[in-house]
Formats: sequence, structure tokens, C-alpha cells
Amino acid sequence: MLKIENVFANAGDKEILKGLSLEVKPGEVHAIMGPNGAGKSTLGNLLAGMPYVQPQGGSVQYMGKDLLSLEPEERAAIGVFLAFQYPVEIPGVNNMYFLRTALNAQRKYRGEDAMDSAQFLRMVKQKIKDMNMRDDLLKRPVNVGFSGGEKKRNEVFQMGVLEPKLAILDETDSGLDIDALKIVADGVNQLRSADRSFIIITHYQRLLDYIEPDFVHVLADGKIVKSGDKNLALELEEQGYGWLNN
Amino acid sequence: MNKQIEVTEENQVVKDRAKQAYKEGFVTDIESFTIPPGLDEETIKLISSKKDEPAWLLDYRLDAFRQWQKMDTPEWAKLKIPAIDFQAISYYSSPNANNENAPKSLDEVDPKLIETYDKLGVPLHERERLAGVAVDVVFDSVSVGTTFKAELKKVGVIFSSFSEAVQDHPELVKKYLGSVVPARDNYFAALNAAVFSDGSFVYIPKGVRCPMELSTYFRINAINTGQFERTLIVAEDDSYVSYLEGCTAPMRDENQLHAAVVELVAMDNAKIKYSTVQNWYPGDEEGNGGIYNFVTKRGNCQGKNSKISWTQVETGSAITWKYPSCILRGDNSSGEFYSVALTNNHQQADTGTKMIHLGKNTKSTVISKGISVGKSQNAYRGLVRVAKKADHARNFTQCDSLLIGKSCAAHTFPYTESANMTAQLEHEATTSKISEDQLNYCLQRGITEEDAISLIVDGFCKEVFKELPMEFAVEAKALLDISLEGAIG
Repeated sequence: MLKIENVFANAGDKEILKGLSLEVKPGEVHAIMGPNGAGKSTLGNLLAGMPYVQPQGGSVQYMGKDLLSLEPEERAAIGVFLAFQYPVEIPGVNNMYFLRTALNAQRKYRGEDAMDSAQFLRMVKQKIKDMNMRDDLLKRPVNVGFSGGEKKRNEVFQMGVLEPKLAILDETDSGLDIDALKIVADGVNQLRSADRSFIIITHYQRLLDYIEPDFVHVLADGKIVKSGDKNLALELEEQGYGWLNN
Repeated sequence: MNKQIEVTEENQVVKDRAKQAYKEGFVTDIESFTIPPGLDEETIKLISSKKDEPAWLLDYRLDAFRQWQKMDTPEWAKLKIPAIDFQAISYYSSPNANNENAPKSLDEVDPKLIETYDKLGVPLHERERLAGVAVDVVFDSVSVGTTFKAELKKVGVIFSSFSEAVQDHPELVKKYLGSVVPARDNYFAALNAAVFSDGSFVYIPKGVRCPMELSTYFRINAINTGQFERTLIVAEDDSYVSYLEGCTAPMRDENQLHAAVVELVAMDNAKIKYSTVQNWYPGDEEGNGGIYNFVTKRGNCQGKNSKISWTQVETGSAITWKYPSCILRGDNSSGEFYSVALTNNHQQADTGTKMIHLGKNTKSTVISKGISVGKSQNAYRGLVRVAKKADHARNFTQCDSLLIGKSCAAHTFPYTESANMTAQLEHEATTSKISEDQLNYCLQRGITEEDAISLIVDGFCKEVFKELPMEFAVEAKALLDISLEGAIG
């Protein structure tokens, strides 16, 4: 599904990713951990095509396509979703309207018919119920006046509606209390399927108690320096990242 | 559920509409009678005689003209106004070449005009589909027809062209003309009082809730012609009316002058809701051509508990100079001003409102949204004045500016003058840019940049759009989308 080979990338003038490689197969959940400033968020932003990250070399193949050559909205339409670390507010635009605009833009790109509002409404109502979130989320303007936790929940809800093939969660767990963390994790677990993959960027092992990863990678100084299974996350929790440098 | 479906349809209309450029920019090839350019007392006598006006009205015009000659163009606005040669403008043009009095019945209207309005999407036939809106259409200097007159008459509502009102209801016109905006009020109001040619007249009798939306559609067609229309709306005790106005003009390289006056009078418990979608030709990308829009709009909340609400969406005109205002004379009366002003390319807008609190417990609300794109200049100018006797007056003002691009500018000039200690005045102002983060967020969800900008702008204007009647809200959104063209890239 996703094959990142020897990728270099800058954020601003600074070289952040320095020869990173990673392969993600359909249905797999990969956790990316690592110290601050290692390039975890840069990786997510690179895959989503955010303009503040400039690729400098290497290649990213996604479902047989050269991902880095596509515009961000094209990547979204072919199933790449990024749950932002800091979701932005869009005043006056209600969440439901925003989501339908997004979903129909993606469908249009894929040559599918637009979903009419009755269908859409039924679908989102069901999703919000399944994901244990509150109805008023739909009517409120996108992220305006949301608490930190609500913003993160909204990201996961949007993911549920847009049904991406590759979902990247950028520190979606940070700033969440334990109840919110469970809701977010439940949302992700419900979406797990044989053809949907996840890259979960996190600082903390605790999220991985709820979302069990197939692989855990340590990203340090722009590269994956160690990979393992979920036990690696436990080791990191105990010992920190320092020992990896030796 | 139904509401959701409407929203989809609405979006489709908006999308379809947005694909067109300034589609109103065509010229109707119609025989017309146009007086030669130039302005003196003879011109005014000619206009007045064309309209068979009573002597008092000619005197009113001549008096205004003499005042105007002593006045100077206002220069306080944040506008670069090129010198206007008032002698180069024709002050009267009528599409009825042979019959100078406007036709009395819609059946007599020249089919070319019907076609013109069909193209503009303005219903001159009293079709069932649009049965909810009565329209008066003003083409250059004359009203060419008013729909649903008979139906309105049944409930006592008078809705006619201004010229007809002068003939049929001179006592009402005489009583209220100039009562809110005196002829000498300002330079452009004085000019209008001298040369106004037509416009709409509305009278809602006591206790009547006007059964349909009333609307006037202004169209400038003839070359080198100015449009000087006058609207007068009187709402008697306990009455209600919602009135809409729309305006367009052909694309021409020359600038054209539009100087209108609108007067509203609301008696005890009366409510007037006045909505404008202004889409005068804004000029081309280089700033050539376009309408100079100098308009004086003012409402008098004469009665107790009366209410006047102005809603405007301004996307057109090369220059906009316009401050729809409320004089809150009656105790407990209230005034509202909701505005979206969008400027693109080389457009300039200096617009806002005045809320004059004279009565006790008077209340005013001002919500202004300015959007600047391209090389345009957009200014909000507002005055809130509380008189000595206006105990417990309250005002809330919010002006927000949104900048798109690097070469445009937004300015805010709020003035407050309070002579009463009990007044409560609140003012909020923000200036923001469409942030890269907002755009990126939309892109990541699959929304194209163009759609993202229109989504964000639409959200920014929401508080104002929700004040507009449904049909107008759709038109207004579509206009914004068109006007935003070229905002990116």
C-alpha cells in the first residue's frame, strides 16, 4: 500500500527527514514514536502534501502511484487522511456542511456520484452514534470553541466519515484525558479493516494500550532507527530513547 | 431533513451561477429617448415636464439644484474619486421612445425589455413560481413595470413607480419626500433631489403585514447616462414590509454615475426590512469602467417600538460610498445594519452606517463584514451617536475584515459620540487573513483551493447572509463566489 524509500525532506530551511524508509501493507497499524524534533510530524505532513514540507529526495509509492507528485486534495481523494495535531478553526462553516463538501469533492475526483443530503445525513447520524460522539458536533462550526479533546475527537469523526485507506494520526492522543482517549481509540479500532492502514504518531505508550499496533518504529534524527512489535513501545516507555543512541 | 435538501439545491444554484463571469454585462439594443448631456435648470425643467409633475415638485428640484451648486464633493471618505464631469452625463434616458409615460400595464412593455429582465433572472411575468415577490423594474431613468399591483391593492398596500405615486398619491409623496434625507443633506443627495427620474414608492397602511416581498430591480443600460433613483417607503402603525433591491449594469469602459436616495419611515410598532444585493458593474481587472455608486440611505424610526433593518451585500461598483443609517427617534425603537462588502481588483468601497439614538431605550446592532481581494481598498465607516435624552441606549458593533492576498487593504473608522451617561456601547473589530492553515486543512480533506476559499468566505459572512431572504441569500453567495474569482493563484 505505502512504500517510503530513502526519503529526505525539509521543513523551512531545515533538513528534517534524512533517508527515511518505511513500508506499510494493507490492514497494518504502525506506530511511530521518537523524541521531540525527530521528524514525526514532518513525516505525516509530507505524506499529506502540506506545503510547509518540501521533499528533497527519495520516493513514496502509494497504491501504485507516485504520491509526492500529487496535490494535497488529490491525495485526500485517493484515501490519504491526516488527523492534524492542531486542527484549525473555520468560523461560520458548520461541521456537517464542511464534511459533505469534503466527501463530495473526493467522490467527484474518484468519478463517483455526489451523495445527496438525505443520504449523507443518515450516514453521519449513524457514524456519530457508532463512534459514541455527541450530535451537536455536527451543527457546530468546524472546531470553533472546541476544547482540545473535542478537536481531536472531531478529527477522528471526520476520518470515520471520509473512510480513508491510509490514516495518519499526528499526536491525536496528546492533551486527551483518559475518557477522551478511549473514545478516540474506539473510533480508530472501529475503522480497522483488512484494507485500511494506520500510521499513528505518538509520544506515549498509553494510546497503544487501546490501539494495538502491528509494528512500532522509533524515528530519531530523521530516520527509522529501530523497529519492532508492540513490546518495543513498552521498552521505550521504561527506558526512554537515550539507549538507542548507544 | 428538508432543510438539508434545500441547502444542496442552493449550492447547485450557487455553483452554476458562479461559473459565469459578470453575466449581467450585456447591452440591450433598444430604441430610447435620451436627453443630451448637460445639467442646468433647463435640464431639470425638462425632466419634470416629461413626468408631468406638479409645480411644487419642480420647485423642490430647483431648490435642491441651487443648493447643490453651492456644495462641494465630499472628500472625507477613504476613496480616490476621479473628478466627475457632471456636464458630460445625460440625466434622463427612457426606453419608451415613442410613449414617454411609462406603460400602465405589463402587457404594454416592450418585449425586448421583458427579454432583458428574463436574462437577468428578474420575473416580469407574474408567474406562479415567483408568486412570492412583487417587482418594480427601473430601466435607466424610468420604471417599466410593477408586478402584482392589483393583488397588493386589495390589502391596501401601494407599490408603484415613484412617478406614478407623484400622480396618484401626491399628498403622501409631498408629506414624506425629503423628510428623512433633506435635499441639502449632502452633495449627492442634493444632486439626486434635483434630477431624480424614477424609483419605487411603497406605502403600507396601518395594521397591514405586506403579504409578499417587494422588490425593485435597477438596471442602467444607456451609455453616458447616470441613474438617479429615489425610493420612499412608509410603514404606518403596526405594519410590516420586507423590501429587496438588486442592481446591474452593462460592462462599459466608461464610468457611470449612480446617485440614489432611499428614505424609510416607520411609525409605531412598524417594521421595515430592507435588503440590497448590489452588483453594479465593478470595472475590469485593470480598473477601467464600472459604476460610481454614491448612495444616501436613511431610515427614520419615527414611532415607538419601530424597527428598521438594513442588510446589504455589496460586490459591485468601481466606487461605493454608502452608509445606510437609522434615526432612532421613537422610544424603544431599534435599528440594524448587516453588511457584507467585497472588493476585488481595483474596486474601492467606503461603506458603513450611522445609528442616531434620540429616543429612550433605543437599540442598534451593526455587523459589518469587509472582504478585500486583489488591489482593492475596503473601509468600514460607522457612527453611533447617543443624544442627551436617549436614556439607556444600547449599541453593539462588530466589524470584521478579511484580507485575501497581499496587495489589498482594509480600514475601519468607527466613531462614537455619547451625550448620555446611561448609554451602553460595545465595539468589536477583527482583521484576519484566510490562513494557510485553514486552506491546508480544507485541501487535506479533499476540497479544492477555490472551493476552500469560497467556503471560508461564506462562513465569514454567515451572520449577514442569514438576515437575507432565501432567494437573495443564494444570489448573494453566488455573487461572492464570482467576485472572488482570481483571488488565488
